[in-house]
Amino acid sequence: MNLYNALFFGAFPYVAVVLLLVISIQRYRSNQYTISSLSSQFLESQRLFWGSVPFHLGVLTLFWGHLTGFLIPREVQLFASTPLRLLVLELTGFVAGLMFLLGLVLLIRRRLFSKRLRVVTSPLDYVVHSLLVWQAVSGLYIALYLRWGSAWYVQVAVPYLRSIFLAAPDVQLMASVPLMVQLHVLGAFSLFTIFSFTRLMHVLVAPIPYLWRRAQLVI
Amino acid sequence: MDVRSQVSMVFHLDKCIGCHTCSIACKNVWTDRKGAEYMWWNNVETKPGTGYPTAWEDQSQYSGGWEVKDGKPHLRASGRYRGLTNIFHNPKLPVIDDYYEPWTYRYEDLFTAPAGDDQPTARAVSMITGEPIEITSGPNWDDDLSGSPLYAANDPNLTALTPAQREQIFEIERLVFFYLPRICNHCSNPACVASCPSGALYKRGEDGVVVLNQARCRSWRHCVSACPYKKTYFNWAAGKSEKCILCFPRLETGQAPACFHSCVGRIRYLGVLLYDADQIEATASLPDDQLVDAQRKMILDPFDPEVIRAAKENGIHDTVIESAQASPVYKFVKRWGIALPLHIEFRTLPMLFYVPPLLPIIGNGKGDAYDATSPNLFGTLDSARLPIEYLARLFSAGNVGKVRYALRKLMSVRYVRRQGEVGDVPAAMVDALLAEADCTREEAEAIYRLTSLPLFDERFVIPPSHREEAIAALTDPLEFKGATGVGFRQKPERVS
Repeated sequence: MNLYNALFFGAFPYVAVVLLLVISIQRYRSNQYTISSLSSQFLESQRLFWGSVPFHLGVLTLFWGHLTGFLIPREVQLFASTPLRLLVLELTGFVAGLMFLLGLVLLIRRRLFSKRLRVVTSPLDYVVHSLLVWQAVSGLYIALYLRWGSAWYVQVAVPYLRSIFLAAPDVQLMASVPLMVQLHVLGAFSLFTIFSFTRLMHVLVAPIPYLWRRAQLVI
Repeated sequence: MDVRSQVSMVFHLDKCIGCHTCSIACKNVWTDRKGAEYMWWNNVETKPGTGYPTAWEDQSQYSGGWEVKDGKPHLRASGRYRGLTNIFHNPKLPVIDDYYEPWTYRYEDLFTAPAGDDQPTARAVSMITGEPIEITSGPNWDDDLSGSPLYAANDPNLTALTPAQREQIFEIERLVFFYLPRICNHCSNPACVASCPSGALYKRGEDGVVVLNQARCRSWRHCVSACPYKKTYFNWAAGKSEKCILCFPRLETGQAPACFHSCVGRIRYLGVLLYDADQIEATASLPDDQLVDAQRKMILDPFDPEVIRAAKENGIHDTVIESAQASPVYKFVKRWGIALPLHIEFRTLPMLFYVPPLLPIIGNGKGDAYDATSPNLFGTLDSARLPIEYLARLFSAGNVGKVRYALRKLMSVRYVRRQGEVGDVPAAMVDALLAEADCTREEAEAIYRLTSLPLFDERFVIPPSHREEAIAALTDPLEFKGATGVGFRQKPERVS
């Protein structure tokens, strides 16, 4: 069992992060043409709206939530120290998780039942979809049955994630958590692993500079 | 004064015969590829008609172009903040069915069908899914279908007409229509460029051609909704936007763009315009009826020493200035004032101009097809079969005066020629007409020559591209050796 733990929670994260960094940079430098999420709105617009908007809003909320806990755990812990605030935090996460899952299900259904959309769906897209569904389902399960996630996240998961960044992975922290949490973490690292090979790359090229660049470009 | 040079265009609509040769030339050169089958960077529409994509002129539906708010032009569909908040779903994006589903035929069935009592047929199959489809629309689906209640009657420009006028142009057996060839306008205030979140679109400094860097395009699709002319297209297979590049690889080697070169009616003219970029924003903010004049004011006189000095200061080469002086576009647009921009009320300040059609010349007579009793042979302009208000809606943002001015001049040219060739019109009458049309005999002769007898090099005055001064010369000269297409050294293929 220890061997598996060391493999999944000690080595696998590094494989994931290295692949994410190296391949992303390499792909950005050598083949920018392929970096986008290959929008399918041109082939089907209406159902995309009901899927894509809740999906993205949910996933962005969850991403920033996880990141905040990771970056400033002490403050988050302080914030969640009264029941009302904890409830607000948990509810926000849960609703975001529901939006994430609901949007995702609608998006997948949309792709499966349209011949046009199947033409522009690659095998890797199905892998991405499955992993995302798993993350949503496991995340919601944790939020429902392993309370209160926002409280123990900063005490258990954050130290573990930090230990990875400090190049001394504390595998024991992960070995002691419930199976569902373990699988949620593994799902996340699997997503990191395939990130730079898939359409997920579009996250890294979010067009933020549009906010301040000149409107007209003359070169 | 910030002088820029622009390779600009004039389409003479009286000469367009609607043969679609331009469209085919373009299709064969640029868009005969997967995901681009539905694109027609050059298309020819029948007006009145709904066009391609269907009813593209109706901005209440498509929200393209700019609108003036607080005295400044703002993108109607996106812009800095709305562009980003709508990034997960673009509410104004047309879908493929607004254009048409591209198809081909199963020709091989004609050869492989087993022997039987019936002739084998080649069924139509979708070029997206490969499945058999019923063809319900196409790029020039309403070709020549003026008068049709399905197509022509839904033309958004007809709102400029009175019910009586509308009835008149749809009268049975006296229907009226003309052709409108369209390519990218290579605007000086392009909405596509301003709307692109990743900055992939830009206007080339040396010739004003609006191009799209496909390596930087990230599939956000805002250019498609922002362009009021719907001349940026989305390649659904590659996930990249594509648009007319004015055949810049041809221009750079001194050749006319494919659609220009192949034009059977020789309706197309191409040449350099110098314009003042400092005036763009102020011009785009003016009320509708002032736009045509303001845009003409923006276009500078290439003979003015002050303009020449400012142009040289901006690095515009002497040969380009010479080319601007010989430009047929400058004559049509500025000197003669007979070429007008298409839908300038979209405020992108298009750099493609149209000489409005005088044809069909048949007057709105007394029940006959041709009213010969009219004192002036061609009937009067205001009772023309095609209401002048309709043309004004298309070419001068509703400013009837601009269209009337152009048509009067064109008419006076015909009278000058008729007097010379047939001799049945009194000289005094022609002189009166010329005076009324703000034209002289010399000018009429010049318009006639450039309209009817121009040589290839008079229609297309292409500036030298001065590759020796291009930045590319400073980098590895062998960089693009062995490259194909528009500069990729890899196949434009996606991994995922």
